[in-house]
Amino acid sequence: MSQYILRRIAIAFPLILAVTTVVFVMLRVALPGDPAQIMAGDRASPDQIELIRRKLGFDRPVLEQYFIFLGNFAQGDLGRSVKFREPVMGVIAKAFPFTVTLTFLSVTVGTAIGLLIGIITAIYQRTWVDNFGIVLTVFFFSIPTFWLGLMLILIFSVGLRLLPVQGAGTWRHFVLPVTTLAVGQSALIARLTRSSMIEVLSTDYVRTARSKGLAQRQVLLRHALRNTLIPVITVVGLSVGGLLGGAVITESIFGLPGVGRLAIDAISNRDYPMIQGAVILVAASFVFVNLLVDIIYAFVDPRIRYA
Amino acid sequence: MPSDRLITKQSAPAGLYQLVLLKFVRNRVALAGLCCLLLLLLAILFAPQVTPYDPLQKNTPERNQAPSLLHPFGTDKLGRDIMSRVLYGGRVSLQVGFLSVGLAVIISTPLGLLAGFFGGIADNAIMRVMDLILAFPGLILAIWLVSLLGSNINNVIIAIAFFSLPTFSRLIRGVTLSIREMEYVMAARSMGAGSLRIMFFHILPGVLGPMIVLTTLGVSGAIVAGASLSFLGLGVRPPTPEWGAMLADGRNYLRTQWWIAVFPGMTITLVVLILNIIGDALRDALDPNVRA
Repeated sequence: MSQYILRRIAIAFPLILAVTTVVFVMLRVALPGDPAQIMAGDRASPDQIELIRRKLGFDRPVLEQYFIFLGNFAQGDLGRSVKFREPVMGVIAKAFPFTVTLTFLSVTVGTAIGLLIGIITAIYQRTWVDNFGIVLTVFFFSIPTFWLGLMLILIFSVGLRLLPVQGAGTWRHFVLPVTTLAVGQSALIARLTRSSMIEVLSTDYVRTARSKGLAQRQVLLRHALRNTLIPVITVVGLSVGGLLGGAVITESIFGLPGVGRLAIDAISNRDYPMIQGAVILVAASFVFVNLLVDIIYAFVDPRIRYA
Repeated sequence: MPSDRLITKQSAPAGLYQLVLLKFVRNRVALAGLCCLLLLLLAILFAPQVTPYDPLQKNTPERNQAPSLLHPFGTDKLGRDIMSRVLYGGRVSLQVGFLSVGLAVIISTPLGLLAGFFGGIADNAIMRVMDLILAFPGLILAIWLVSLLGSNINNVIIAIAFFSLPTFSRLIRGVTLSIREMEYVMAARSMGAGSLRIMFFHILPGVLGPMIVLTTLGVSGAIVAGASLSFLGLGVRPPTPEWGAMLADGRNYLRTQWWIAVFPGMTITLVVLILNIIGDALRDALDPNVRA
Protein backbone atom coordinates (compact mmCIF):
# COMPACT_ATOMS: atom_id res chain seq x y z
CA MET A 1 0.00 0.00 0.00
CA SER A 2 2.60 2.57 1.04
CA GLN A 3 4.66 1.63 -1.99
CA TYR A 4 1.71 2.31 -4.26
CA ILE A 5 1.10 5.69 -2.64
CA LEU A 6 4.78 6.62 -2.92
CA ARG A 7 4.74 5.67 -6.60
CA ARG A 8 1.69 7.86 -7.21
CA ILE A 9 3.34 10.81 -5.46
CA ALA A 10 6.51 10.20 -7.49
CA ILE A 11 4.46 10.57 -10.69
CA ALA A 12 2.71 13.75 -9.55
CA PHE A 13 5.87 15.81 -9.09
CA PRO A 14 7.27 15.49 -12.62
CA LEU A 15 3.76 16.23 -13.89
CA ILE A 16 3.62 19.52 -11.98
CA LEU A 17 7.13 20.35 -13.20
CA ALA A 18 6.01 19.62 -16.78
CA VAL A 19 2.91 21.76 -16.29
CA THR A 20 4.98 24.76 -15.17
CA THR A 21 7.37 24.21 -18.08
CA VAL A 22 4.55 24.19 -20.58
CA VAL A 23 3.08 27.37 -19.10
CA PHE A 24 6.52 29.03 -19.18
CA VAL A 25 7.18 28.02 -22.78
CA MET A 26 3.71 29.04 -23.97
CA LEU A 27 4.03 32.58 -22.65
CA ARG A 28 7.23 32.99 -24.67
CA VAL A 29 6.34 30.96 -27.76
CA ALA A 30 2.61 31.32 -28.30
CA LEU A 31 2.35 35.03 -27.54
CA PRO A 32 2.66 36.80 -30.87
CA GLY A 33 5.10 39.67 -30.60
CA ASP A 34 7.23 40.99 -27.78
CA PRO A 35 5.76 40.08 -24.36
CA ALA A 36 7.15 43.25 -22.77
CA GLN A 37 5.54 45.38 -25.46
CA ILE A 38 2.18 43.61 -25.04
CA MET A 39 2.25 43.89 -21.25
CA ALA A 40 3.13 47.57 -21.40
CA GLY A 41 0.19 48.32 -23.70
CA ASP A 42 -0.02 50.28 -26.94
CA ARG A 43 0.70 53.69 -25.53
CA ALA A 44 3.86 52.81 -23.60
CA SER A 45 7.10 54.61 -24.41
CA PRO A 46 10.19 52.60 -25.40
CA ASP A 47 11.68 53.37 -21.97
CA GLN A 48 8.68 51.88 -20.17
CA ILE A 49 8.85 48.77 -22.35
CA GLU A 50 12.55 48.43 -21.63
CA LEU A 51 11.86 48.76 -17.91
CA ILE A 52 9.27 45.97 -17.98
CA ARG A 53 11.59 43.83 -20.05
CA ARG A 54 14.35 44.21 -17.49
CA LYS A 55 12.04 43.82 -14.50
CA LEU A 56 10.56 40.56 -15.78
CA GLY A 57 13.94 39.31 -17.00
CA PHE A 58 12.98 39.08 -20.67
CA ASP A 59 16.37 40.55 -21.61
CA ARG A 60 18.19 37.42 -20.43
CA PRO A 61 18.68 34.15 -22.36
CA VAL A 62 15.52 32.01 -22.36
CA LEU A 63 17.17 29.07 -20.63
CA GLU A 64 18.40 31.31 -17.82
CA GLN A 65 14.91 32.80 -17.53
CA TYR A 66 13.51 29.29 -17.25
CA PHE A 67 15.81 28.28 -14.40
CA ILE A 68 15.17 31.52 -12.53
CA PHE A 69 11.44 30.92 -13.00
CA LEU A 70 11.69 27.35 -11.70
CA GLY A 71 13.86 28.36 -8.77
CA ASN A 72 11.40 31.06 -7.79
CA PHE A 73 8.45 28.69 -8.20
CA ALA A 74 10.11 26.13 -5.91
CA GLN A 75 10.25 28.88 -3.27
CA GLY A 76 6.61 29.76 -3.83
CA ASP A 77 7.38 32.91 -5.81
CA LEU A 78 5.38 33.30 -9.02
CA GLY A 79 6.52 36.82 -9.83
CA ARG A 80 4.83 40.15 -9.30
CA SER A 81 1.47 41.15 -10.64
CA VAL A 82 1.74 44.01 -13.12
CA LYS A 83 -1.58 45.48 -11.98
CA PHE A 84 -1.56 44.94 -8.21
CA ARG A 85 2.20 45.58 -7.85
CA GLU A 86 2.21 42.76 -5.30
CA PRO A 87 3.52 39.17 -5.43
CA VAL A 88 1.20 37.02 -7.54
CA MET A 89 1.24 34.32 -4.88
CA GLY A 90 -0.14 36.69 -2.23
CA VAL A 91 -2.97 37.94 -4.43
CA ILE A 92 -3.94 34.40 -5.42
CA ALA A 93 -3.68 33.17 -1.82
CA LYS A 94 -6.41 35.66 -0.87
CA ALA A 95 -8.68 34.45 -3.69
CA PHE A 96 -7.95 30.74 -3.40
CA PRO A 97 -10.24 29.95 -0.42
CA PHE A 98 -13.30 31.17 -2.36
CA THR A 99 -12.57 28.91 -5.31
CA VAL A 100 -11.76 25.94 -3.05
CA THR A 101 -14.98 26.43 -1.06
CA LEU A 102 -17.04 26.77 -4.23
CA THR A 103 -15.49 23.70 -5.89
CA PHE A 104 -15.56 21.56 -2.74
CA LEU A 105 -19.21 22.34 -1.95
CA SER A 106 -20.24 21.74 -5.58
CA VAL A 107 -18.43 18.40 -5.74
CA THR A 108 -19.94 17.27 -2.45
CA VAL A 109 -23.51 18.41 -3.06
CA GLY A 110 -23.49 17.35 -6.75
CA THR A 111 -22.01 13.93 -6.04
CA ALA A 112 -24.42 13.24 -3.17
CA ILE A 113 -27.46 14.13 -5.27
CA GLY A 114 -26.05 12.26 -8.26
CA LEU A 115 -25.47 9.10 -6.22
CA LEU A 116 -29.00 9.26 -4.90
CA ILE A 117 -30.56 9.69 -8.37
CA GLY A 118 -28.26 7.03 -9.84
CA ILE A 119 -29.06 4.43 -7.18
CA ILE A 120 -32.81 5.07 -7.31
CA THR A 121 -32.98 4.91 -11.12
CA ALA A 122 -30.89 1.71 -11.13
CA ILE A 123 -33.16 0.04 -8.55
CA TYR A 124 -36.30 1.05 -10.44
CA GLN A 125 -34.79 0.16 -13.80
CA ARG A 126 -37.18 0.36 -16.77
CA THR A 127 -40.01 1.98 -14.79
CA TRP A 128 -41.35 5.51 -15.03
CA VAL A 129 -39.02 6.53 -12.19
CA ASP A 130 -36.04 5.46 -14.29
CA ASN A 131 -37.34 7.20 -17.41
CA PHE A 132 -37.95 10.39 -15.49
CA GLY A 133 -34.45 10.17 -14.01
CA ILE A 134 -32.89 9.71 -17.45
CA VAL A 135 -34.72 12.73 -18.88
CA LEU A 136 -33.81 14.84 -15.86
CA THR A 137 -30.12 13.93 -15.94
CA VAL A 138 -29.75 14.44 -19.70
CA PHE A 139 -31.29 17.87 -19.22
CA PHE A 140 -29.11 18.72 -16.21
CA PHE A 141 -26.09 17.46 -18.14
CA SER A 142 -26.83 19.75 -21.09
CA ILE A 143 -27.56 23.12 -19.48
CA PRO A 144 -24.46 25.28 -19.92
CA THR A 145 -23.12 26.67 -16.63
CA PHE A 146 -23.34 30.29 -17.71
CA TRP A 147 -26.99 30.06 -18.71
CA LEU A 148 -28.02 28.11 -15.62
CA GLY A 149 -26.34 30.71 -13.42
CA LEU A 150 -28.20 33.56 -15.13
CA MET A 151 -31.53 31.72 -14.96
CA LEU A 152 -31.07 31.01 -11.24
CA ILE A 153 -30.41 34.73 -10.68
CA LEU A 154 -33.48 35.57 -12.76
CA ILE A 155 -35.70 33.23 -10.74
CA PHE A 156 -34.35 33.39 -7.19
CA SER A 157 -32.85 36.87 -7.00
CA VAL A 158 -34.74 39.03 -9.48
CA GLY A 159 -38.09 37.21 -9.35
CA LEU A 160 -38.50 35.76 -5.86
CA ARG A 161 -35.95 38.06 -4.16
CA LEU A 162 -34.82 35.16 -1.98
CA LEU A 163 -31.07 35.22 -2.48
CA PRO A 164 -28.41 37.84 -3.17
CA VAL A 165 -27.10 38.24 -6.73
CA GLN A 166 -23.49 39.10 -6.09
CA GLY A 167 -20.83 39.09 -3.41
CA ALA A 168 -19.34 36.58 -1.00
CA GLY A 169 -20.15 37.79 2.51
CA THR A 170 -22.45 35.10 3.91
CA TRP A 171 -23.44 31.50 3.23
CA ARG A 172 -26.45 32.83 1.29
CA HIS A 173 -24.06 34.12 -1.35
CA PHE A 174 -22.84 30.58 -2.01
CA VAL A 175 -26.27 28.96 -2.53
CA LEU A 176 -26.75 29.94 -6.19
CA PRO A 177 -23.11 29.48 -7.34
CA VAL A 178 -22.92 26.04 -5.73
CA THR A 179 -26.28 25.04 -7.24
CA THR A 180 -25.08 26.24 -10.65
CA LEU A 181 -22.05 23.96 -10.55
CA ALA A 182 -23.66 21.07 -8.65
CA VAL A 183 -26.44 20.52 -11.22
CA GLY A 184 -24.05 19.38 -13.97
CA GLN A 185 -21.99 17.39 -11.48
CA SER A 186 -25.06 15.55 -10.17
CA ALA A 187 -26.08 14.60 -13.73
CA LEU A 188 -22.62 13.25 -14.53
CA ILE A 189 -22.48 11.18 -11.34
CA ALA A 190 -26.11 9.99 -11.64
CA ARG A 191 -25.57 8.65 -15.16
CA LEU A 192 -22.40 6.86 -14.17
CA THR A 193 -23.82 5.48 -10.90
CA ARG A 194 -26.90 4.16 -12.71
CA SER A 195 -24.95 2.18 -15.32
CA SER A 196 -22.39 0.98 -12.77
CA MET A 197 -25.11 -0.11 -10.34
CA ILE A 198 -27.07 -1.93 -13.05
CA GLU A 199 -23.93 -3.84 -13.93
CA VAL A 200 -23.24 -4.73 -10.30
CA LEU A 201 -26.85 -5.79 -9.67
CA SER A 202 -26.55 -8.43 -12.40
CA THR A 203 -23.44 -10.06 -10.89
CA ASP A 204 -23.40 -13.49 -9.29
CA TYR A 205 -22.53 -12.29 -5.81
CA VAL A 206 -25.57 -10.03 -5.69
CA ARG A 207 -27.72 -12.96 -6.74
CA THR A 208 -26.08 -15.08 -4.04
CA ALA A 209 -26.78 -12.40 -1.45
CA ARG A 210 -30.40 -12.30 -2.53
CA SER A 211 -30.80 -16.07 -2.64
CA LYS A 212 -29.54 -16.48 0.89
CA GLY A 213 -32.47 -14.34 1.97
CA LEU A 214 -30.88 -10.98 2.74
CA ALA A 215 -33.18 -7.99 2.79
CA GLN A 216 -33.15 -5.75 -0.29
CA ARG A 217 -31.71 -2.94 1.81
CA GLN A 218 -28.78 -5.07 2.93
CA VAL A 219 -28.09 -6.35 -0.57
CA LEU A 220 -28.03 -2.83 -1.95
CA LEU A 221 -26.10 -1.07 0.77
CA ARG A 222 -23.63 -3.78 1.85
CA HIS A 223 -23.03 -5.66 -1.38
CA ALA A 224 -23.92 -3.62 -4.43
CA LEU A 225 -23.12 -0.05 -3.44
CA ARG A 226 -19.48 -0.63 -2.55
CA ASN A 227 -18.56 -1.93 -5.97
CA THR A 228 -20.75 0.63 -7.66
CA LEU A 229 -18.63 3.38 -6.08
CA ILE A 230 -15.33 2.27 -7.61
CA PRO A 231 -15.74 3.85 -11.07
CA VAL A 232 -17.62 6.78 -9.52
CA ILE A 233 -14.64 7.81 -7.38
CA THR A 234 -12.35 8.17 -10.41
CA VAL A 235 -14.85 10.30 -12.22
CA VAL A 236 -15.36 12.53 -9.18
CA GLY A 237 -11.61 13.25 -9.30
CA LEU A 238 -11.61 13.96 -13.02
CA SER A 239 -14.76 16.09 -12.77
CA VAL A 240 -12.95 18.52 -10.49
CA GLY A 241 -11.16 19.76 -13.63
CA GLY A 242 -14.46 20.61 -15.26
CA LEU A 243 -15.67 22.27 -12.07
CA LEU A 244 -12.53 24.41 -11.81
CA GLY A 245 -13.24 25.59 -15.36
CA GLY A 246 -16.90 26.10 -14.45
CA ALA A 247 -15.79 28.01 -11.36
CA VAL A 248 -14.25 30.67 -13.61
CA ILE A 249 -17.64 31.27 -15.20
CA THR A 250 -19.59 30.96 -11.95
CA GLU A 251 -17.28 33.35 -10.11
CA SER A 252 -17.61 35.83 -12.94
CA ILE A 253 -21.43 35.62 -12.93
CA PHE A 254 -21.87 35.84 -9.15
CA GLY A 255 -19.03 38.22 -8.47
CA LEU A 256 -17.17 35.83 -6.18
CA PRO A 257 -13.60 37.08 -5.64
CA GLY A 258 -11.98 33.72 -6.51
CA VAL A 259 -9.03 32.66 -8.66
CA GLY A 260 -11.18 32.35 -11.78
CA ARG A 261 -12.36 35.94 -11.68
CA LEU A 262 -8.83 37.04 -10.85
CA ALA A 263 -7.59 35.29 -14.00
CA ILE A 264 -10.29 36.81 -16.20
CA ASP A 265 -9.58 40.30 -14.84
CA ALA A 266 -5.87 39.65 -15.35
CA ILE A 267 -6.51 38.80 -19.00
CA SER A 268 -8.29 42.07 -19.67
CA ASN A 269 -5.44 43.90 -17.86
CA ARG A 270 -2.77 41.95 -19.80
CA ASP A 271 -1.36 40.97 -16.43
CA TYR A 272 0.53 37.93 -17.74
CA PRO A 273 2.43 37.00 -14.54
CA MET A 274 -0.96 36.84 -12.82
CA ILE A 275 -2.61 34.68 -15.52
CA GLN A 276 0.43 32.42 -15.56
CA GLY A 277 0.33 32.02 -11.78
CA ALA A 278 -3.39 31.29 -11.77
CA VAL A 279 -3.06 28.67 -14.51
CA ILE A 280 -0.15 26.96 -12.76
CA LEU A 281 -1.87 26.89 -9.37
CA VAL A 282 -5.18 25.64 -10.76
CA ALA A 283 -3.45 22.90 -12.77
CA ALA A 284 -1.31 21.94 -9.76
CA SER A 285 -4.41 21.68 -7.55
CA PHE A 286 -6.06 19.50 -10.18
CA VAL A 287 -3.03 17.17 -10.24
CA PHE A 288 -3.10 17.10 -6.44
CA VAL A 289 -6.83 16.24 -6.31
CA ASN A 290 -6.31 13.37 -8.70
CA LEU A 291 -3.37 12.13 -6.64
CA LEU A 292 -5.67 12.16 -3.62
CA VAL A 293 -8.34 10.28 -5.56
CA ASP A 294 -5.82 7.63 -6.62
CA ILE A 295 -4.86 7.13 -2.98
CA ILE A 296 -8.50 6.91 -1.84
CA TYR A 297 -9.04 4.47 -4.67
CA ALA A 298 -6.40 2.14 -3.31
CA PHE A 299 -8.19 2.06 0.05
CA VAL A 300 -11.55 1.33 -1.54
CA ASP A 301 -10.40 -1.25 -4.07
CA PRO A 302 -7.69 -3.60 -2.79
CA ARG A 303 -7.13 -4.97 -6.31
CA ILE A 304 -5.50 -1.68 -7.32
CA ARG A 305 -2.55 -2.05 -4.96
CA TYR A 306 -1.27 -5.13 -6.70
CA ALA A 307 -1.77 -3.91 -10.23
CA MET B 1 -48.36 -12.05 -43.14
CA PRO B 2 -47.52 -15.26 -45.14
CA SER B 3 -45.00 -17.38 -43.33
CA ASP B 4 -42.63 -17.76 -46.32
CA ARG B 5 -42.20 -13.99 -46.51
CA LEU B 6 -41.32 -13.85 -42.84
CA ILE B 7 -38.60 -16.42 -43.37
CA THR B 8 -37.02 -14.59 -46.31
CA LYS B 9 -37.04 -11.42 -44.26
CA GLN B 10 -35.33 -13.06 -41.33
CA SER B 11 -32.73 -14.85 -43.41
CA ALA B 12 -31.52 -11.68 -45.09
CA PRO B 13 -28.17 -10.92 -43.44
CA ALA B 14 -27.91 -7.40 -42.07
CA GLY B 15 -24.58 -5.59 -41.90
CA LEU B 16 -23.36 -4.15 -38.63
CA TYR B 17 -24.08 -0.58 -39.63
CA GLN B 18 -27.52 -1.51 -40.92
CA LEU B 19 -28.32 -3.00 -37.52
CA VAL B 20 -26.98 0.07 -35.77
CA LEU B 21 -29.06 2.32 -38.00
CA LEU B 22 -32.14 0.20 -37.36
CA LYS B 23 -31.61 0.39 -33.61
CA PHE B 24 -31.07 4.14 -33.79
CA VAL B 25 -34.20 4.75 -35.87
CA ARG B 26 -36.28 2.76 -33.35
CA ASN B 27 -35.24 5.24 -30.65
CA ARG B 28 -38.07 7.71 -31.19
CA VAL B 29 -36.73 10.39 -28.84
CA ALA B 30 -33.40 10.45 -30.63
CA LEU B 31 -35.08 10.47 -34.04
CA ALA B 32 -37.30 13.40 -33.04
CA GLY B 33 -34.19 15.16 -31.71
CA LEU B 34 -32.38 14.60 -34.99
CA CYS B 35 -35.32 16.09 -36.92
CA CYS B 36 -35.39 19.15 -34.61
CA LEU B 37 -31.64 19.60 -35.02
CA LEU B 38 -31.90 19.39 -38.82
CA LEU B 39 -34.71 21.96 -38.81
CA LEU B 40 -32.64 24.29 -36.65
CA LEU B 41 -29.60 23.78 -38.89
CA LEU B 42 -31.71 24.67 -41.93
CA ALA B 43 -33.03 27.78 -40.18
CA ILE B 44 -29.47 28.81 -39.31
CA LEU B 45 -28.20 28.12 -42.83
CA PHE B 46 -31.08 29.98 -44.46
CA ALA B 47 -31.27 32.69 -41.80
CA PRO B 48 -31.63 35.50 -44.38
CA GLN B 49 -34.75 33.78 -45.75
CA VAL B 50 -36.17 32.88 -42.33
CA THR B 51 -35.92 36.25 -40.66
CA PRO B 52 -36.48 39.63 -42.31
CA TYR B 53 -34.16 41.50 -39.91
CA ASP B 54 -30.46 42.14 -40.25
CA PRO B 55 -28.67 40.90 -37.08
CA LEU B 56 -26.45 43.98 -36.99
CA GLN B 57 -28.98 46.63 -38.04
CA LYS B 58 -29.68 49.08 -35.22
CA ASN B 59 -33.29 50.18 -34.97
CA THR B 60 -33.59 52.65 -32.08
CA PRO B 61 -37.38 53.18 -32.16
CA GLU B 62 -37.92 49.45 -31.62
CA ARG B 63 -35.35 48.96 -28.87
CA ASN B 64 -35.92 46.88 -25.70
CA GLN B 65 -39.16 45.35 -26.96
CA ALA B 66 -40.56 42.29 -25.21
CA PRO B 67 -41.23 39.21 -27.38
CA SER B 68 -44.12 39.84 -29.76
CA LEU B 69 -45.41 38.50 -33.08
CA LEU B 70 -43.18 40.95 -34.90
CA HIS B 71 -40.10 40.06 -32.86
CA PRO B 72 -40.69 36.53 -31.42
CA PHE B 73 -37.59 36.76 -29.17
CA GLY B 74 -37.85 40.53 -28.57
CA THR B 75 -35.23 43.18 -29.35
CA ASP B 76 -32.10 44.32 -27.51
CA LYS B 77 -30.98 47.77 -26.33
CA LEU B 78 -30.05 48.79 -29.88
CA GLY B 79 -33.31 47.56 -31.35
CA ARG B 80 -31.69 44.55 -33.02
CA ASP B 81 -33.98 41.53 -33.45
CA ILE B 82 -32.88 38.81 -31.01
CA MET B 83 -34.21 35.96 -33.14
CA SER B 84 -32.13 36.92 -36.15
CA ARG B 85 -29.13 37.39 -33.88
CA VAL B 86 -29.70 33.90 -32.43
CA LEU B 87 -29.94 32.38 -35.92
CA TYR B 88 -26.89 34.20 -37.28
CA GLY B 89 -25.06 33.54 -34.02
CA GLY B 90 -25.70 29.85 -34.53
CA ARG B 91 -23.39 29.98 -37.53
CA VAL B 92 -20.48 30.99 -35.32
CA SER B 93 -21.29 28.52 -32.54
CA LEU B 94 -21.80 25.57 -34.88
CA GLN B 95 -18.65 26.49 -36.79
CA VAL B 96 -16.70 26.43 -33.53
CA GLY B 97 -18.32 23.13 -32.50
CA PHE B 98 -17.76 21.23 -35.71
CA LEU B 99 -14.41 22.68 -36.81
CA SER B 100 -12.71 22.27 -33.43
CA VAL B 101 -13.86 18.67 -33.10
CA GLY B 102 -12.93 18.04 -36.75
CA LEU B 103 -9.45 19.41 -36.11
CA ALA B 104 -9.10 17.31 -32.95
CA VAL B 105 -10.19 14.16 -34.83
CA ILE B 106 -7.79 14.79 -37.73
CA ILE B 107 -4.82 15.21 -35.39
CA SER B 108 -5.68 12.58 -32.79
CA THR B 109 -6.63 9.75 -35.17
CA PRO B 110 -3.10 9.12 -36.47
CA LEU B 111 -1.67 9.73 -32.98
CA GLY B 112 -4.01 7.22 -31.34
CA LEU B 113 -3.48 4.65 -34.11
CA LEU B 114 0.31 5.00 -33.86
CA ALA B 115 0.31 4.74 -30.08
CA GLY B 116 -2.01 1.76 -29.98
CA PHE B 117 -0.54 -0.11 -32.94
CA PHE B 118 3.17 0.21 -32.28
CA GLY B 119 3.16 0.50 -28.49
CA GLY B 120 6.58 0.96 -26.86
CA ILE B 121 8.33 4.30 -27.23
CA ALA B 122 5.78 5.80 -29.63
CA ASP B 123 2.95 4.90 -27.28
CA ASN B 124 4.78 6.25 -24.25
CA ALA B 125 5.81 9.49 -25.92
CA ILE B 126 2.37 10.28 -27.33
CA MET B 127 0.42 9.30 -24.25
CA ARG B 128 2.65 11.21 -21.79
CA VAL B 129 2.08 14.36 -23.84
CA MET B 130 -1.66 13.67 -23.68
CA ASP B 131 -1.42 13.16 -19.89
CA LEU B 132 0.28 16.53 -19.69
CA ILE B 133 -2.55 18.24 -21.59
CA LEU B 134 -5.04 16.45 -19.32
CA ALA B 135 -3.29 17.85 -16.24
CA PHE B 136 -4.83 21.21 -17.14
CA PRO B 137 -8.56 21.66 -16.60
CA GLY B 138 -9.92 21.99 -20.17
CA LEU B 139 -11.55 25.40 -20.03
CA ILE B 140 -8.63 26.90 -18.07
CA LEU B 141 -6.23 25.70 -20.78
CA ALA B 142 -8.46 27.19 -23.48
CA ILE B 143 -8.67 30.51 -21.62
CA TRP B 144 -4.88 30.58 -21.25
CA LEU B 145 -4.32 29.74 -24.93
CA VAL B 146 -6.81 32.26 -26.26
CA SER B 147 -5.45 34.97 -23.97
CA LEU B 148 -1.99 34.33 -25.44
CA LEU B 149 -2.94 33.87 -29.08
CA GLY B 150 -5.54 36.63 -29.18
CA SER B 151 -9.34 36.67 -29.11
CA ASN B 152 -10.76 35.53 -32.40
CA ILE B 153 -12.75 32.61 -33.70
CA ASN B 154 -9.76 30.76 -35.21
CA ASN B 155 -7.88 30.78 -31.93
CA VAL B 156 -10.98 29.63 -30.07
CA ILE B 157 -11.22 26.67 -32.46
CA ILE B 158 -7.52 25.86 -32.02
CA ALA B 159 -7.75 26.09 -28.22
CA ILE B 160 -10.79 23.81 -27.99
CA ALA B 161 -9.29 21.30 -30.43
CA PHE B 162 -6.10 21.31 -28.34
CA PHE B 163 -7.76 20.39 -25.06
CA SER B 164 -9.93 17.77 -26.80
CA LEU B 165 -6.89 15.90 -28.19
CA PRO B 166 -6.32 13.58 -25.19
CA THR B 167 -9.96 12.41 -25.05
CA PHE B 168 -9.95 11.38 -28.70
CA SER B 169 -6.46 9.89 -28.89
CA ARG B 170 -7.01 7.87 -25.69
CA LEU B 171 -10.18 6.35 -27.12
CA ILE B 172 -8.56 5.56 -30.49
CA ARG B 173 -5.52 4.07 -28.77
CA GLY B 174 -7.68 1.89 -26.54
CA VAL B 175 -9.78 0.51 -29.38
CA THR B 176 -6.67 0.02 -31.55
CA LEU B 177 -5.01 -1.98 -28.76
CA SER B 178 -7.92 -4.42 -28.64
CA ILE B 179 -8.36 -4.72 -32.41
CA ARG B 180 -4.62 -5.22 -32.97
CA GLU B 181 -4.82 -8.63 -31.28
CA MET B 182 -7.75 -9.86 -33.38
CA GLU B 183 -7.39 -12.73 -35.79
CA TYR B 184 -8.38 -10.81 -38.89
CA VAL B 185 -5.53 -8.39 -38.31
CA MET B 186 -3.15 -11.33 -38.04
CA ALA B 187 -4.67 -12.74 -41.22
CA ALA B 188 -4.05 -9.46 -43.03
CA ARG B 189 -0.49 -9.41 -41.69
CA SER B 190 0.11 -12.98 -42.87
CA MET B 191 -1.06 -12.01 -46.34
CA GLY B 192 1.69 -9.41 -46.42
CA ALA B 193 -0.19 -6.22 -45.54
CA GLY B 194 2.06 -3.43 -44.27
CA SER B 195 1.57 -1.56 -41.00
CA LEU B 196 0.03 1.50 -42.65
CA ARG B 197 -2.41 -0.63 -44.61
CA ILE B 198 -3.43 -2.56 -41.50
CA MET B 199 -3.84 0.64 -39.49
CA PHE B 200 -5.99 2.49 -41.98
CA PHE B 201 -7.90 -0.31 -43.73
CA HIS B 202 -8.33 -2.91 -40.99
CA ILE B 203 -8.18 -1.09 -37.66
CA LEU B 204 -9.62 2.34 -38.48
CA PRO B 205 -13.06 0.99 -39.56
CA GLY B 206 -13.36 -0.69 -36.16
CA VAL B 207 -12.51 2.56 -34.40
CA LEU B 208 -15.21 4.48 -36.28
CA GLY B 209 -18.19 3.32 -34.18
CA PRO B 210 -17.01 4.58 -30.77
CA MET B 211 -15.51 7.61 -32.53
CA ILE B 212 -18.91 8.66 -33.90
CA VAL B 213 -20.35 8.63 -30.38
CA LEU B 214 -17.48 10.61 -28.93
CA THR B 215 -17.58 13.08 -31.83
CA THR B 216 -21.28 13.79 -31.27
CA LEU B 217 -20.73 14.40 -27.57
CA GLY B 218 -17.53 16.31 -28.40
CA VAL B 219 -19.37 18.74 -30.67
CA SER B 220 -21.86 19.57 -27.92
CA GLY B 221 -18.99 20.07 -25.46
CA ALA B 222 -17.12 22.24 -27.95
CA ILE B 223 -20.17 24.44 -28.59
CA VAL B 224 -20.51 25.04 -24.85
CA ALA B 225 -16.77 25.69 -24.49
CA GLY B 226 -16.80 28.15 -27.38
CA ALA B 227 -19.80 29.98 -25.96
CA SER B 228 -18.16 29.97 -22.49
CA LEU B 229 -15.09 31.69 -23.92
CA SER B 230 -17.22 34.32 -25.67
CA PHE B 231 -19.25 34.74 -22.48
CA LEU B 232 -16.02 35.56 -20.66
CA GLY B 233 -15.16 38.06 -23.40
CA LEU B 234 -12.48 35.87 -24.97
CA GLY B 235 -14.07 34.64 -28.15
CA VAL B 236 -15.94 36.46 -30.82
CA ARG B 237 -16.06 40.22 -30.44
CA PRO B 238 -19.24 42.29 -30.55
CA PRO B 239 -21.16 43.27 -32.61
CA THR B 240 -20.82 39.84 -34.27
CA PRO B 241 -23.73 37.79 -32.93
CA GLU B 242 -22.64 34.73 -30.95
CA TRP B 243 -24.63 32.82 -28.34
CA GLY B 244 -22.17 33.19 -25.47
CA ALA B 245 -21.50 36.85 -26.21
CA MET B 246 -25.26 37.56 -26.41
CA LEU B 247 -25.71 36.00 -22.97
CA ALA B 248 -22.86 38.09 -21.58
CA ASP B 249 -24.66 41.15 -22.94
CA GLY B 250 -28.02 39.99 -21.58
CA ARG B 251 -26.76 39.45 -18.02
CA ASN B 252 -26.67 43.21 -17.52
CA TYR B 253 -30.37 43.50 -18.34
CA LEU B 254 -31.76 40.56 -16.32
CA ARG B 255 -33.88 42.84 -14.15
CA THR B 256 -35.60 44.65 -16.98
CA GLN B 257 -35.16 42.78 -20.28
CA TRP B 258 -35.04 39.08 -19.39
CA TRP B 259 -35.51 37.96 -23.01
CA ILE B 260 -32.04 39.14 -24.07
CA ALA B 261 -30.41 36.38 -21.98
CA VAL B 262 -33.18 33.77 -21.99
CA PHE B 263 -33.52 33.01 -25.72
CA PRO B 264 -29.87 32.58 -26.76
CA GLY B 265 -29.37 30.37 -23.69
CA MET B 266 -32.45 28.32 -24.49
CA THR B 267 -31.21 27.75 -28.03
CA ILE B 268 -27.77 26.62 -26.91
CA THR B 269 -29.30 24.32 -24.28
CA LEU B 270 -31.61 22.83 -26.90
CA VAL B 271 -28.77 22.15 -29.34
CA VAL B 272 -26.56 20.63 -26.65
CA LEU B 273 -29.46 18.57 -25.28
CA ILE B 274 -30.28 17.14 -28.71
CA LEU B 275 -26.64 16.35 -29.47
CA ASN B 276 -26.31 14.57 -26.11
CA ILE B 277 -29.50 12.57 -26.71
CA ILE B 278 -28.27 11.57 -30.18
CA GLY B 279 -24.88 10.64 -28.75
CA ASP B 280 -26.50 8.45 -26.08
CA ALA B 281 -28.76 6.81 -28.67
CA LEU B 282 -25.77 6.10 -30.93
CA ARG B 283 -23.92 4.57 -28.00
CA ASP B 284 -26.87 2.31 -27.23
CA ALA B 285 -27.25 1.43 -30.92
CA LEU B 286 -23.57 0.47 -31.17
CA ASP B 287 -23.65 -1.55 -27.96
CA PRO B 288 -24.38 -5.19 -28.86
CA ASN B 289 -25.65 -5.78 -25.30
CA VAL B 290 -28.49 -3.30 -25.72
CA ARG B 291 -31.33 -4.75 -27.73
CA ALA B 292 -33.43 -2.66 -30.10
